[in-house]
Amino acid sequence: MKKLVKGNIALCEGAIAAGIHAYFGYPITPQNEIPAYMSKKMVELKRVFVQGESEIASANMVLGAAATGKRAMTSSSSPGISLKQEAISYMAGMQIPALIVNVQRGGPGLGNISGSQSDYFQAVKGGGHGDYRLIVLAPNCAQEMYEFAYDSFDLAEKYRIPVMILSDGVVGQMMEPVEFNKPEITEFADKNWALTGCKGREPRSLQSLLMKDGVLEKHNINLQEKYKIISENEVKYETFMTDDAEIIIAAYGISSRIAKSAVKIARKEGIKAGLFRPKTLWPFPSEAINSLSKNGVKFLTAELSHGQMIEDVKLAVNGKAPVEFLGRAGGGVFSEQEMVEKIKAMSEDKRAGR
Amino acid sequence: MYNEIIIAGFGGQGVLLAGTLIAQAAIEQGLHTTWFPSYGAEMRGGTANSTVVVSADEIGSPLAFNPNALIALNEPSLNKFMPRMTEKSVIIANSSIISQDKEYKVKPYFVPVTDIADKEIKNVRTANLVAVGALIKALEIFADANCEDEPAQKRRQSADEEGDLCDLEASKVLTLKSALTACEKAFASKPELIEINKKAIQAGYEYIKAEVQKFGSSEVR
Repeated sequence: MKKLVKGNIALCEGAIAAGIHAYFGYPITPQNEIPAYMSKKMVELKRVFVQGESEIASANMVLGAAATGKRAMTSSSSPGISLKQEAISYMAGMQIPALIVNVQRGGPGLGNISGSQSDYFQAVKGGGHGDYRLIVLAPNCAQEMYEFAYDSFDLAEKYRIPVMILSDGVVGQMMEPVEFNKPEITEFADKNWALTGCKGREPRSLQSLLMKDGVLEKHNINLQEKYKIISENEVKYETFMTDDAEIIIAAYGISSRIAKSAVKIARKEGIKAGLFRPKTLWPFPSEAINSLSKNGVKFLTAELSHGQMIEDVKLAVNGKAPVEFLGRAGGGVFSEQEMVEKIKAMSEDKRAGR
Repeated sequence: MYNEIIIAGFGGQGVLLAGTLIAQAAIEQGLHTTWFPSYGAEMRGGTANSTVVVSADEIGSPLAFNPNALIALNEPSLNKFMPRMTEKSVIIANSSIISQDKEYKVKPYFVPVTDIADKEIKNVRTANLVAVGALIKALEIFADANCEDEPAQKRRQSADEEGDLCDLEASKVLTLKSALTACEKAFASKPELIEINKKAIQAGYEYIKAEVQKFGSSEVR
């Protein structure tokens, strides 16, 4: 039977089932359930739990633990994720697989503790320095918090890349029924890059400082080739009633749930609305959006920010259809009705030929 | 069936637990549900609330934009959420500590949940679940009164004699039975608390039932 748990707890269970060896974190609302739960569970399981002295320390502990080939993660919320960016950039450069979880809250600065989606740019465009990418997953319910956390380690190891789960305070804090249906992972493939002690084999090294002439450039080219392969293979999204839709809402995470309800209400009122929901924010489902950009279709990007994902939607649409925007930020959340009103206005404009 | 329920009171009155119990009851009935807390600074000392959505269909927002039910365990909570109530809202107000003299936009069911918990259940901390029991009965009455099929109308005609309005399908209302089963799940780690909390839910349910039998549903509200 399904169990009633918070999104944050579901995420912990997913990571634990994926065989996570070590958790490193530092408290911040609205993700405190994660370190709190892990501090109990990981110790019971005789695995590693460390509350670092800061976010920066915790992120670098993840780097160190994951460099040995162990499954490691950290979690935080927006201001804390900003602090972790240096280690994330280093992990991207050193090609160290790990999981970083951002349960987003209102910003900028310390902001507030309400749910928000204003860290999209930071997550998908590279919050740290350098020309790198993370795989960014966007769950919209407690079940996906569990599943995405479970899948993230295999994904990270397959490509030797840090994975970020970009959640928000609403999805993290809410309870929903979750089916804990994944088998516990107990066996892990050998990693021919992991730093495990070189007794009896050639020494290995993981580094992001590549000073020799041309080496860093070659390294960057290799990274880009890897990113290209990921873009071709790991895009995930959901569509809802887009087949005949004239107005397609593009939304992820908590916004996509509200959008789905808005689509249902709009349909009842005779408006052909649909929903496009990226489950991976990087790689972004550009081709899928482009193929929906037919004549007579309008897009509405809805997110809890003042317009971040809309830039990727526009790039994907590539001028083939109009893209409008509905956003709230700083902890505000739009209602289904607010979204329906916007859909109606777009529909009327359309009939009037605007 | 779609309910947005707000449970509000002082921090420590058990509004979060009451919410999870309602959500668990929904799971027992195979319904969709979400629970969302007020969290952070406002919980320490001030008013706390949790929002539960219960629906036969998939749920979009877990936040209540159009709440149709409210449990107010103290007066500040009743005042805070009253502006969002409509004629279609069902409200349980804790009359042990909320004055009944004031005019409210929507008339609540006044239930002395703290007194019932203290005197009848002998544990004042169960007041939150007395309120949950009362809400379940009140929502049943509301669903019954707004159900237009023939058997429901017949039941309404004979309601005064029988005193028991409701025999609605489990997909239309939250049932007492599922709340009691939920209680066993919610207190699985403290089994000594299961019976007393079940009694509390039942007491709230019976209180509304008895009041409605005595005075008729429109008078009680």
